[in-house]
Amino acid sequence: MDEELERDERVFLMVEEVAQYDGALQVSRGLWKKYGDKRISTLPFLRVRILIMWRSGGSGGGLLLFKTGPSLPLFQAGLRPICEFMTFNFSMQAIDQVINSAAKTYYMSAGLQPVPIVFRGPNGASAGVAAQHSQCFAAWYAHCPGLKVVSPWNSEDAKGLLKSAIREDNPVVFLENELMYGVPFEMSEESQSKDFTIPIGKAKVERPGSHVTVVSHSRLVGHCLDAAAVLAKEGIECEVINLRTIRPMDVESIEASVMKTNHLVTVEGGWPQFGVGAEICARIMEGPAFNYLDAPVTRVTGVDIPMPYAKILEDHSVPQIKDIIFSIKKTLNV
Amino acid sequence: CTLTTYIQTYLSHQETKESKCDLHRLEEGPPEKAELTRDQGLQYYRTMQTIRRMELKADQLYKQKIIRGFCHLYDGQEACAAGIEAGINPTDHLITAYRAHGYTYTRGVSVKEILAELTGRKGGVAKGKGGSMHMYAPCFYGGNGIVGAQVPLGAGIALACQYQGNNQLCVSLYGDGAANQGQLFEAYNMAALWKLPCIFICENNKYGMGTSVERAAASTDYYKRGDYIPGLRVDGMDVLCVREATKFAADHCRSGKGPIVMELQTYRYHGHSMSDPGVSYRTREEIQEVRSKSDPISMLKERMLSHNMASVEEFKEMDVEIRKEVEEAAQFATSDPEPPLDDLCNHIFYNNPPLEVRGTHPWAKLKSLS
Repeated sequence: MDEELERDERVFLMVEEVAQYDGALQVSRGLWKKYGDKRISTLPFLRVRILIMWRSGGSGGGLLLFKTGPSLPLFQAGLRPICEFMTFNFSMQAIDQVINSAAKTYYMSAGLQPVPIVFRGPNGASAGVAAQHSQCFAAWYAHCPGLKVVSPWNSEDAKGLLKSAIREDNPVVFLENELMYGVPFEMSEESQSKDFTIPIGKAKVERPGSHVTVVSHSRLVGHCLDAAAVLAKEGIECEVINLRTIRPMDVESIEASVMKTNHLVTVEGGWPQFGVGAEICARIMEGPAFNYLDAPVTRVTGVDIPMPYAKILEDHSVPQIKDIIFSIKKTLNV
Repeated sequence: CTLTTYIQTYLSHQETKESKCDLHRLEEGPPEKAELTRDQGLQYYRTMQTIRRMELKADQLYKQKIIRGFCHLYDGQEACAAGIEAGINPTDHLITAYRAHGYTYTRGVSVKEILAELTGRKGGVAKGKGGSMHMYAPCFYGGNGIVGAQVPLGAGIALACQYQGNNQLCVSLYGDGAANQGQLFEAYNMAALWKLPCIFICENNKYGMGTSVERAAASTDYYKRGDYIPGLRVDGMDVLCVREATKFAADHCRSGKGPIVMELQTYRYHGHSMSDPGVSYRTREEIQEVRSKSDPISMLKERMLSHNMASVEEFKEMDVEIRKEVEEAAQFATSDPEPPLDDLCNHIFYNNPPLEVRGTHPWAKLKSLS
């Protein structure tokens, strides 16, 4: 974010509790001190006071003040905001504006009014934060045309995809993960440059393999790689694909892999019904890769319940590495 | 009747106290004099001290990582919970946000069940499934995690009271941070239009997470924010003020005049939650000053002592009893087993035949009972 703020003056950040609190999860720490009040706007802890400014294709821009209520008329502005939700659970209070005001506007205006905005923040289960704070919104947002939905796993993903999201002229929902914030990763020389971007809409094969394709996003990519390491010792070679973008989904990469391995397992933290895995199944079935499947696709998902608080229950509500291993073996019939 | 009271408690003195409050669209406020009997004083002391010790124990357990996730502590604000409970009936209803342990206690849940819920055990009031922010009891609707969302719910509960004609009311609590939420104003509007028996209470502890009220609100007169709804503002550190204001508000609602807004000026000693040290946006001196000059428990104790309503030994004895109660509750909370795995999927639907729930993969077929 620092690099993008430096690069383009129209980019600015709206974060809850950023100034003296340093941002609830410290992601924007230091930015306020560097850029000041104009570029870094601190919102009190209310989550729904989201100011959205965008630039139109033609002559000017618009300002929309959002809340669950009426929106103000458009003025000229021309800015590129980054709005942080303390977690995406709170985005439900502003979701009307994310969908109806951000996602659909370019379409409804027949090209007059683009919305270059990024909504970012932690998504999905954390640790012990119970039902109202643990929901995964990947499927909810990815359902809507007009939005791009991105879900990084490691540091390179986070940096490259966020820069692309900020430079993107359309609304992007950027789903981070609280438990990943503190996890360090090695970063390549190339990824440390100020212009390092990762294209939105392209998945990455994190680990090549020949027996089964395992597709995941966000934190669970790490779980899949761990499972793959265990299975490699038994002679099962998994091809692990990191989706990186949920919408538009890189189905071609998945298809190419399935046509090689003949088996597919999807892994996600969210609930099963109408989820990311369900969409992957449908798309594979509709495309050329269907004829290459030797077994039905298996979805590994969160348990279909609100998230419980007690540790033992919470641990059993999300996919474990052993669940992934079990599912892969069942799919391979071994 | 007063005469009986004098005879029964001849050792105590009747105490009168001035209660100052600011009024909005009200001709008159709570009575200028409030009576405190010895029994009441001891009861309020016990309630507040129990909440205080319980919250400090929770702080300890959190630092030992026995409590996880979110933990928003209430120490400093005890007079609000104790005073409100003293001003309403047990059959009235109450709903609050996530800083809810104090209210869970005043609404009838034992310290044992509260701490066991915080530690995620099956003996917890929500069987370990809710955690800090999701505790419930008869006539107590939590414990709500999303800022402000509980206020329209509170107005709805008040609607149910009106609909059923049972002369009950609903106390709908929120903080200074939530006070700027649009959904509150929607709730105010409907409550006023339909004259719902709802007391909207803002616990103004001066900080919404790390944002002070001056930086968050264009108007910090939270008791006036109901606009067309009458309001009053009192000292939330004084349990008697809170009680009298609540009684006044309750009478207002029960007499069919509609909703009323109350602002309690209070303070929290801890940060917003256990992950907030609470000193990056306010000074330690400020916290210390409130502790030494306006602590609700000390204020009540000193008042009772200076009027010979109880002795130092009696307070000491109560403190010892309370410490013991909290210690035993903590023992239970750390030794009680976690909920059994077959409870994982229960309680999805009410009054429903058993249903099958998908586990983490298609071969995990779990069972859900109502």
